[in-house]
Amino acid sequence: MTLASAPPLPRDDRSVGIVSTKMIDLFSGESPLKLESGVELGPVRVAYETYGQLNEDASNAIYICHALTGDAHVAGKHSPESKKAGWWDGMVGPGKTFDTNRFFVICSNVLGGCQGTTGPCSTNPATGKPWGSTFPFITIGDMVEVHAQLVRSLGIRKLLAVVGGSLGGMMALDWAARFPEMAHAVVGLATSARLTAQGIAFNAVGRRAIYADPNYKNGEYYEGEGPKFGLALARMIAHITYLSETSIERKFGRKLQNSDQLGYVLQQEIEFQVESYLHYQGQRFIERFDANCYLYLTRAMDYFDISQKYGSIGAALGQTAARFFLCSYSSDWLFPPSQSREIVTALLGAGKNVTYLELESVKGHDSFLLELEELESLLKPFLNSISSEVMTLASTRSGGSH
Amino acid sequence: MKYLLADHAAALIDRIIMDQIPEGSRVLDLGCGDGRLLCRLRDEMGASIQGVERDPKAVIAAISKGVPVIQADLDQGLDEIPDHAFDYAVLSQTLQQVIQPENVVNEMLRAAQRAIVVVPNFGHWRIRLQILVNGRVPITSELPYDWYNTPNLHFLTMIDFRALTERLQLRIVRELPIVSGVAKAGLKLANLRAESALFVLERMTNEVIPITIPEPQKPATEIESDSAV
Repeated sequence: MTLASAPPLPRDDRSVGIVSTKMIDLFSGESPLKLESGVELGPVRVAYETYGQLNEDASNAIYICHALTGDAHVAGKHSPESKKAGWWDGMVGPGKTFDTNRFFVICSNVLGGCQGTTGPCSTNPATGKPWGSTFPFITIGDMVEVHAQLVRSLGIRKLLAVVGGSLGGMMALDWAARFPEMAHAVVGLATSARLTAQGIAFNAVGRRAIYADPNYKNGEYYEGEGPKFGLALARMIAHITYLSETSIERKFGRKLQNSDQLGYVLQQEIEFQVESYLHYQGQRFIERFDANCYLYLTRAMDYFDISQKYGSIGAALGQTAARFFLCSYSSDWLFPPSQSREIVTALLGAGKNVTYLELESVKGHDSFLLELEELESLLKPFLNSISSEVMTLASTRSGGSH
Repeated sequence: MKYLLADHAAALIDRIIMDQIPEGSRVLDLGCGDGRLLCRLRDEMGASIQGVERDPKAVIAAISKGVPVIQADLDQGLDEIPDHAFDYAVLSQTLQQVIQPENVVNEMLRAAQRAIVVVPNFGHWRIRLQILVNGRVPITSELPYDWYNTPNLHFLTMIDFRALTERLQLRIVRELPIVSGVAKAGLKLANLRAESALFVLERMTNEVIPITIPEPQKPATEIESDSAV
């Protein structure tokens, strides 16, 4: 289970080292996953990684839910030659915020994803072909059902914390509503209890780019080229929403890419540096992501409204005794601070207490992936206090049984 | 903000505040500092606690103590706190430091059924004497700052505070003059003898008295026009 024995990487003794993604099949045989749409799905293969050691009473586990296009690989590297570490490497490792010397950290690729967990590009056992657009409709709640099943299969009854940013934060909130007894703490960063109309609008444009690509072929494209143009365009649009006006201005301004003069040639598609950057982001994205998956996951995000199922945000989150830590970023216009404040108000109205910070950052929605120092200074003491509370609770219990 | 006070004095005032709050109450502490008072309310009185604090270092200290805290500036309003979500809202040694004290008091009684406010009493005889004798802005243990570096924006006496409650149509449920960290209920000549005072307030009506920005006063005599120049 542990990967702590892996040799540390040079020049970073705070890395979890070399890690590998594991696979587990859940919901097999007689007990398929009942999706919110009513359809049954099983078995579900889940790609996940763990870091650190699960303690004896399985009370030190932290579950990290990844954002829209993330994967199970949060920290460390898959091989000594890998150029890139996991997507939140700055947060997970020995001595880091999610301290792998103390905590057992779990992350899995979401249901409907394309990084190892069952999704539209997996093989449909009934046909032997990729599901494509015949894959059943997926919601955030369905993703959380799979996460929770993975946690149970690892022998963990209650998590120390469930953590997520953006779409991952939506999962953390849904988790608190769906399984109120399953976590001592909920950490939601740059997140929301329901996607805004603006968020749905940007997702719609991204999906339109994919649908409009002639290679999309109603989602049955796995033997051909695939809608690469559409998917890259979707990513370019989305990427703008992850930045802020200030950050994009500071980074690129009006700088030109290959010349110090304007060309006055209409066909020259990349003239400004910001254009080059967006094309690069689009290109990089199609190397690692599937178009159908993008359609399914953005739709799941659009559908998410925690108040809908339970009547209100307060009713949804009022059932859990978990402690809440929420954080938003001043320049985030995709999941703006007002959306986090809405959750704070609902929690207080439901008689819950909450730690909430609106952090100053120019880096927009992506701040939760980039501004790690300040986050660490806040989250570390939060996790410490939760952890010591849980330990006190455990010792009182075991003391009582003697 | 409270952590600016000497620990011992602050602990005494905390005790007096705690005595006003029934066990198991839901308490909001505005300007909770490192969460010291809230910790005691939670651990000794089973209170459900929530802090609000502006200073980033204090926020981290409160989080370390397991105190739920919202980082916010009281002068920016408390919009995220819903109406009457709390039994008590506490504001200790902070009212004189906010830009809009009226606003903050109104907000306290929107967020909670009762407000507990502790204010330094500028009417204390030692302060009056310092001005009279030295002719300088007074410095005391309650107000230990020079005029140019004080966080205190407003100076008020117990009488002034009572006048504010009248203006905002609030009922003073309890008034406790504090001398050397000890509450002295019914203290004679309190405005002269108390170093600070605790007030427990509630709203008389459901109507919130709007804050009025006073019109600039007209000078008593017309200033002569210099249009002839």
